[in-house]
Amino acid sequence: MVDFTTWDIVRNLLLALRWTVLLSLVAFIGGGLVGFILLVIRMSGHGWASLLIKGYVEIFQGTPLLMQLFLAYFGLAMFGLELSPWVAASLALTLYTSAFLTEIWRGCVNSIPVGQWEAARSLALNYREQLLFVVLPQAIRITIAPTVGFLVQVVKGTALASLIGFIELTKAGTMIANATFEPFLVYGWVALLYFLLCYPISLGISR
Amino acid sequence: MSVELDFWAVLAQWPILLTGLYWTVFLTVVSAAGGLLIAIIFAWVRTAGPLWLRAFVGTYVEFIRNTPFIIQLFFIFFGLPALGVRLSPELASVLAMAINLSAYSTEIIRAGVQATPKGQIEAAQSLALTTPQIYLRIVMPPALQKVWPALVSQIIIVMLGSAVCGQISAPELSYAANLIQSRNFRAFESYIVVTLIYLLLAILTRAALNWMGSRFLFGGQRG
Repeated sequence: MVDFTTWDIVRNLLLALRWTVLLSLVAFIGGGLVGFILLVIRMSGHGWASLLIKGYVEIFQGTPLLMQLFLAYFGLAMFGLELSPWVAASLALTLYTSAFLTEIWRGCVNSIPVGQWEAARSLALNYREQLLFVVLPQAIRITIAPTVGFLVQVVKGTALASLIGFIELTKAGTMIANATFEPFLVYGWVALLYFLLCYPISLGISR
Repeated sequence: MSVELDFWAVLAQWPILLTGLYWTVFLTVVSAAGGLLIAIIFAWVRTAGPLWLRAFVGTYVEFIRNTPFIIQLFFIFFGLPALGVRLSPELASVLAMAINLSAYSTEIIRAGVQATPKGQIEAAQSLALTTPQIYLRIVMPPALQKVWPALVSQIIIVMLGSAVCGQISAPELSYAANLIQSRNFRAFESYIVVTLIYLLLAILTRAALNWMGSRFLFGGQRG
């Protein structure tokens, strides 16, 4: 029987926390890129393209993230596409994030008065210039708060990657709880670490 | 490598799917009722309660909102037995979902409560209504009406989040998916079918709650 000190537990949780942070960043940056591309396509106003993206957003927002992860990990494996937990989690979380971010940003861009688009067009700017030089600079200011707010959701979402075997904070917590027989203490620490990671981000947006 | 998709192998297990559906709906309904009730009380505490109670509710809200639901669930189900509190998977799920929903809803409802014009409260006071009467009859109905869409979204988020409850063997939809795919090895089809059920459920829930909100909560004028 090995005795675990609290420091042993916390140290190992902190090591696992790195993977939570890394996965969050990958999903957030990847999701941001995909979300931005979807936004530009949707704004350009091709009827069927925006309809398709609307469906994409509806599907990712209307189904559990856990099912998306399971489909990426267990589902794709049936087609011979055996992704590692790390790749499957990154893929699912990136798509999930892109759906939410593109919808958040669309709302922000839509809140820019139509007159701005019209004024830009009357100055003979093309669509790319209208979006890049007139609308986006104004929209970005209002997107910052909800975007950073969604980062908290992404960090919390990475906890589900533990269920496909990706060893991040939650998975490490489960493993340590099983080894030490102290689930109360371990999950308490895990919750505290998530809180310490997320609360500063939440605090940042409220001011 | 070619794969033959066989959705009938999954749909043939419809009794399992139906049980899962029943539990997902049941867990959501109970936790939504409980969570909203807590939230209405906490929203009142946060706007009008004594200072130390406000601080307590504030901490509760921030702590729940900044930790993952799965950790809250695991803490309740695996952690609490250390204190002698042993809960069934179903009860632990409802508790975790209600607590999670209450934290978000407290903030949502508080925003609605704070938007009440001061004159309305003063008018109610001058009519000698008691404080609970003012809060429940004067402040709450328009406040709920204002924030109802946000509350509906939050309830749906909690319902989708309940997929995690299968991990502590609460017999809900994702648990049904795992059960089916462990029987017939049709992982992709099982998860697709269940994911589509969730999607349908989310759409129907939104429609039903929007209808209920205008029909029962703040639609009719009562004397």
